[in-house]
Amino acid sequence: MTSTSTRDLVSQPYKYGFVTDIETDKIEKGLSEEVVRLISSKKDEPEFLLNFRLKAFRHWLTLEEPDWAALGYEAIDYQNIIYYAAPKQQAKKASLDEVDPKLLETFEKLGIPLSEQKRLSNVAVDAVFDSVSIATTYREKLAEHGVVFCSFTEAVKDHPELIERYLGSVVSSNDNYFAALNSAVFSDGSFVFIPKGVECPMELSTYFRINSGDTGQFERTLIVAEEGASVSYLEGCTAPMFDTNQLHAAVVELVVLDDASIKYSTVQNWYAGDENGVGGIYNFVTKRGQCRGARSRISWTQVETGSAITWKYPSCVLQGADSVGEFYSVALTNNCQQADTGTKMIHIGPRTRSTIVSKGISAGRSSNSYRGLVQMGPRAKGARNYSQCDSMLIGDQAAANTYPYIRSQQPQAAIEHEASTCRISEDQLFYLQSRGIGFEEAVSMMVSGFCRDVFNQLPMEFAAEADKLLALKLEGSVG
Amino acid sequence: MIRPDAELLLDITDLHASVEDQPILKGVNLQVRSGEIHAVMGRNGSGKSTLSKVLAGHPAYRVTSGTVLYRGENLFELEAEERARLGVFLGFQYPVEIPGVSNLEFLRVATNARRLKRNLEELDTFDFEDHVQERLKVVQMDPAFLERSVNEGFSGGEKKRNEILQMALLEPVVAILDETDSGLDIDALRIVAGGVNQLANADNATLLITHYQRLLDEITPDYVHVMASGRILRTGGRELALELEQTGYDWVDKELAAQGVA
Repeated sequence: MTSTSTRDLVSQPYKYGFVTDIETDKIEKGLSEEVVRLISSKKDEPEFLLNFRLKAFRHWLTLEEPDWAALGYEAIDYQNIIYYAAPKQQAKKASLDEVDPKLLETFEKLGIPLSEQKRLSNVAVDAVFDSVSIATTYREKLAEHGVVFCSFTEAVKDHPELIERYLGSVVSSNDNYFAALNSAVFSDGSFVFIPKGVECPMELSTYFRINSGDTGQFERTLIVAEEGASVSYLEGCTAPMFDTNQLHAAVVELVVLDDASIKYSTVQNWYAGDENGVGGIYNFVTKRGQCRGARSRISWTQVETGSAITWKYPSCVLQGADSVGEFYSVALTNNCQQADTGTKMIHIGPRTRSTIVSKGISAGRSSNSYRGLVQMGPRAKGARNYSQCDSMLIGDQAAANTYPYIRSQQPQAAIEHEASTCRISEDQLFYLQSRGIGFEEAVSMMVSGFCRDVFNQLPMEFAAEADKLLALKLEGSVG
Repeated sequence: MIRPDAELLLDITDLHASVEDQPILKGVNLQVRSGEIHAVMGRNGSGKSTLSKVLAGHPAYRVTSGTVLYRGENLFELEAEERARLGVFLGFQYPVEIPGVSNLEFLRVATNARRLKRNLEELDTFDFEDHVQERLKVVQMDPAFLERSVNEGFSGGEKKRNEILQMALLEPVVAILDETDSGLDIDALRIVAGGVNQLANADNATLLITHYQRLLDEITPDYVHVMASGRILRTGGRELALELEQTGYDWVDKELAAQGVA
């Protein structure tokens, strides 16, 4: 009886599934060198950037789409995608008053108010709609501290030397199939620069919204923390419901110098498709951070609840001596969702440390895989890794897999790996129900208990949100 | 306490139930009125625990025939959580561990679900903490257990105290305590039994499911029922329990044989 009722925990109504009716400037479907040049010229880019794109595109043409992940999906037709779509509005908005009210309204509906009066206190937001950034809040206040937080396009104009120096320095344009594609056609994203010794005075956040039905979203995020600097950054994502699949292939690069730290949190809630697996976002993302300096630190926290397909391995290259990498992940799949996600911890410097805590929850007929690499290089003397990968199964038709890869060239490095799989048992559910707690609330209590270690890592403002989101994702008719 | 004006709380008529198509209950009849304490005794496999699970609504147990009215309402039309909100409580023989779920939060959500049904105001985190501190005294429980995950790493005795604490918070109308005495040393048994005694009043009823007389030294039942082969074979006063203590269950086999059931 319980297995039937858990099966009936169908996809929650996706409340961000609306479409904003707005005129857009689009480039015709299809991908060619011409399209790459057109994107670059539309954005009036300097030559180094055009060259970066062209090199990536030419390399991409020689690559094959990877098929090693435990994911199954129809081949993507790269000629049937729009690579650039921007809401039509005044070329450059001097202030929010000039932003199309429809866009402001869209973000308001998503719970991300951009207007001065209603802003989230102490969180600066960069709002990206389809291919372009439409507004960034609190810029002046951040500028007082020397912090740069703006759209990628603006960064290219205002800080070309930083972009040229750091772009592609962590994830090179020929890193992998999707990174090469992104490098060729990326349209916008966020740029963050925290100068030496500055502790960023507020949370920074980018909110990604896909609106058009046949548009791919290819954003690029670059965050640089100079010596002794620190920042906490959060990204959120939603998309309307379409019965076709949209491609999202982003690249995120983090650079941290001596004693600096970046905390990068993601709450991903792209449209996941319906209960039969029709529609939804294909999310192929390359995220990597480089701890270049001694004692530097990168912490990835992700709550992955959306997308039809998730292919994502936020990684840390631990170069500096005593640098620290962390990866905290909750991946929830339901219905026909598929996720293959994890991390890579590449230990290069001595005494580097990394922690991996991964919690996978599979419900419905979904499939959820953890794939992680821990690598100890020859110089990583005294390095340590601790990994913990837990899976929770809900119902009897979901799958959970763990693929831990361990490579060590350093005998004095320690690697610990723990894994567990549990199923929400009928007896646990009955125990809670026999105390007056409804079936759905019982499931949600147990799921959020399971994720506690990861949620504790989220910035406070978002931890409660994540809890609610998970409950919502599992909500449905109880049989 | 048997009283003439008592309310009929639980009315079980010819109840049959099975697990995985194996019939376990084969015609149970039992009436429980307010103010009463009943003890259901019997050997392992006699159907005692099944009776308690069926009453609480465990999904693995299937009712094949018979009726149970709870305060006049068909109990089997209510989901397990609804039964609990209406005042049916099952104290588990083996309380399950629920890692990651805070005991305090669990107790608060459960208490509020019941309070809502009784048209009482929900308690927020702060009010609930005061409320629960008060109730902890019933079972002399260390407040540190509130901070831990539900039953996780609790000893047998601590789990049972946690059950009675839940009973104290939910204030049930009918409390069914399944082998609450099992695995308890004598001190813990006294504490748990003391809790049950404190909570019993003229408006509620307690159904003690037990193997041994020793719990009944601490809690005095008004009725003792002996279960065998899925039915109540004999009903008496507390002297029946004392008799069992002396003679054991051998007579049960004879009686069953005589009835042609064994």
